[in-house]
Amino acid sequence: MTRPAPATDPDSDGLSLHRIGVRFGGLVALDDVSLRVPPGRTVGVIGPNGAGKTTLFNVVCGFVTPTTGTITLDGRALRPRPHRLARLGIARTLQGVGLFGGLTVLENVMVGAEHAGRRPESAWEALERCGVTPQAHALPGGLPYAVRKRVALARALVAQPRLLLLDEPAGGLGADEIAELGELITGLPCAVLLVEHHMDLVMAVCDEILVLDFGKPVAHGTPAEIRTDQAVVDAYLGAAA
Amino acid sequence: MSVTLAPKVDAGTRVPAAPRKHRYLVWAVVAAVLIVALTYALPPFRNYQLATVGAYLCVTAGLTVLTGLNGQLSLGHGALMATGAYTVAMVQEKLAGRGQWTLLVAVLAGIAVATVAGGIVGLAAARLRGPYLAGLTLAVAVVVPAIASTFDKTFNSDQGLSVYVDPPPLALGATFPYERWQAWLAWAGALLTVFLLATLVRGRFGRALRAVRDDEAAARIAGVNVARTQVLAFVVSAACAGLGGALFAVLAQSVSPGAFPISLSLFLVMAIVIGGLGSLAGAVWGAVLLVALPALTHSLTELIDVSPAVAQRLEGNLPLALFGITLIVVMLAAPGGIASLRLRRRKA
Repeated sequence: MTRPAPATDPDSDGLSLHRIGVRFGGLVALDDVSLRVPPGRTVGVIGPNGAGKTTLFNVVCGFVTPTTGTITLDGRALRPRPHRLARLGIARTLQGVGLFGGLTVLENVMVGAEHAGRRPESAWEALERCGVTPQAHALPGGLPYAVRKRVALARALVAQPRLLLLDEPAGGLGADEIAELGELITGLPCAVLLVEHHMDLVMAVCDEILVLDFGKPVAHGTPAEIRTDQAVVDAYLGAAA
Repeated sequence: MSVTLAPKVDAGTRVPAAPRKHRYLVWAVVAAVLIVALTYALPPFRNYQLATVGAYLCVTAGLTVLTGLNGQLSLGHGALMATGAYTVAMVQEKLAGRGQWTLLVAVLAGIAVATVAGGIVGLAAARLRGPYLAGLTLAVAVVVPAIASTFDKTFNSDQGLSVYVDPPPLALGATFPYERWQAWLAWAGALLTVFLLATLVRGRFGRALRAVRDDEAAARIAGVNVARTQVLAFVVSAACAGLGGALFAVLAQSVSPGAFPISLSLFLVMAIVIGGLGSLAGAVWGAVLLVALPALTHSLTELIDVSPAVAQRLEGNLPLALFGITLIVVMLAAPGGIASLRLRRRKA
């Protein structure tokens, strides 16, 4: 996987999570998780259900305040508020689709454009990139699931983010659709933080992978390293992988 | 009046069409001409009813934007009307007799007071959802008339205040009917309200309102400041209610707690649901029904030969029953309200 050479200052550029911990009452959702997403790189987060992957996203987005640890963006402390992320250059898709059912596909994407300071016309470019231009005037409710997921992706991409958080983008998609999604992700100019269960996709598009289990980092490395890591095989991939 | 809220986008050019800026203005001018013509055709009492429709329209239009487009249910808009109405009465009392302009000042003051009240309610509302929001706004509907009843010196308790309104300007002629003047005043307010709302909700703000209604978390991620959008929606809607209340004070030439009961707030919500939630055309239907249904029950009770006591009781309760029946029938026939029925026919 070739990507533009990262960062003149490799330690501070991009998004960094330092020793993040999240507790919900007695439940430890994340425990001492550190992660860096350098500009232009694709980083995957995998792990079994309940491992804390979505919580990690929610921490970056400001939906969840970490109990311990800090987040920095390009070396500066980030105290995220969800509605300010777009302006900071961070976009996110939700698990499921999270579209506005009462707005047309085009309007959905226009909301994303307007509140990220982009021209409304850029909505068409995002629709085209995700291949949903023909459905621009349809309401999302009547569209196939795969198309709706692409609309959600278009709404995130229209902000022209520096960092894109994808929460299970392949969920509910067929094999061909996942292959297309993989190509789309690989072609993105921005950094990507990807949470996904579909291993083929993760292995194909990620530069590095963090494996979580019960909120704890189990392994961190390139796809090749992760595939052969004994702890990962035990915790997640299973003996057959 | 036919104002659709969905923005038109030109598919051919692949660029969102520049808003046809003057479309709503043309609609407003056409409607104004029609209303003026109508006021010359109608007898005085019908003109008074027409004026009442105009005053109601200010409120229903604002409420349908709040409830239909932004998803915030308010059961307290009758109370917001009351704040506007009492303000008009009090300002007119201070300024009475100095000319027609005082009415404009009084109405603007009414809008301002209702806007502030709406802003305060809206700040609380932005933190509440569903039944809790309904409960809060219902409390407002209960409290405001009670405040008016309690403070004798300021609000004159249950008797309320009289509202001084100048006769029509002499330039219109010495014999210009007062009811026609009232209809003009009310519809000037109503058309301005609908025009401004239609312009406001067709663009970025309207999309944000609907995005917040449909999915708050997704709206937040897309960069929408959800709380601010919700408070703004409440403020805009309250300003409309304040104008409606102010116009009511002008029409009735009096204000009293009895004019703004809880049932008024409930009627307003029923009216916009029957008309078609989130549609300004539906708000027009709702405003018409708010005047037509009580008038219809009045005619009905006159037809039936019953004792005066029974007739009075019927007149008090029949409108409620009739409204309820209308709501059920319309929801069965057209769940999207009367306005959706018309749209469907146009598309077919």
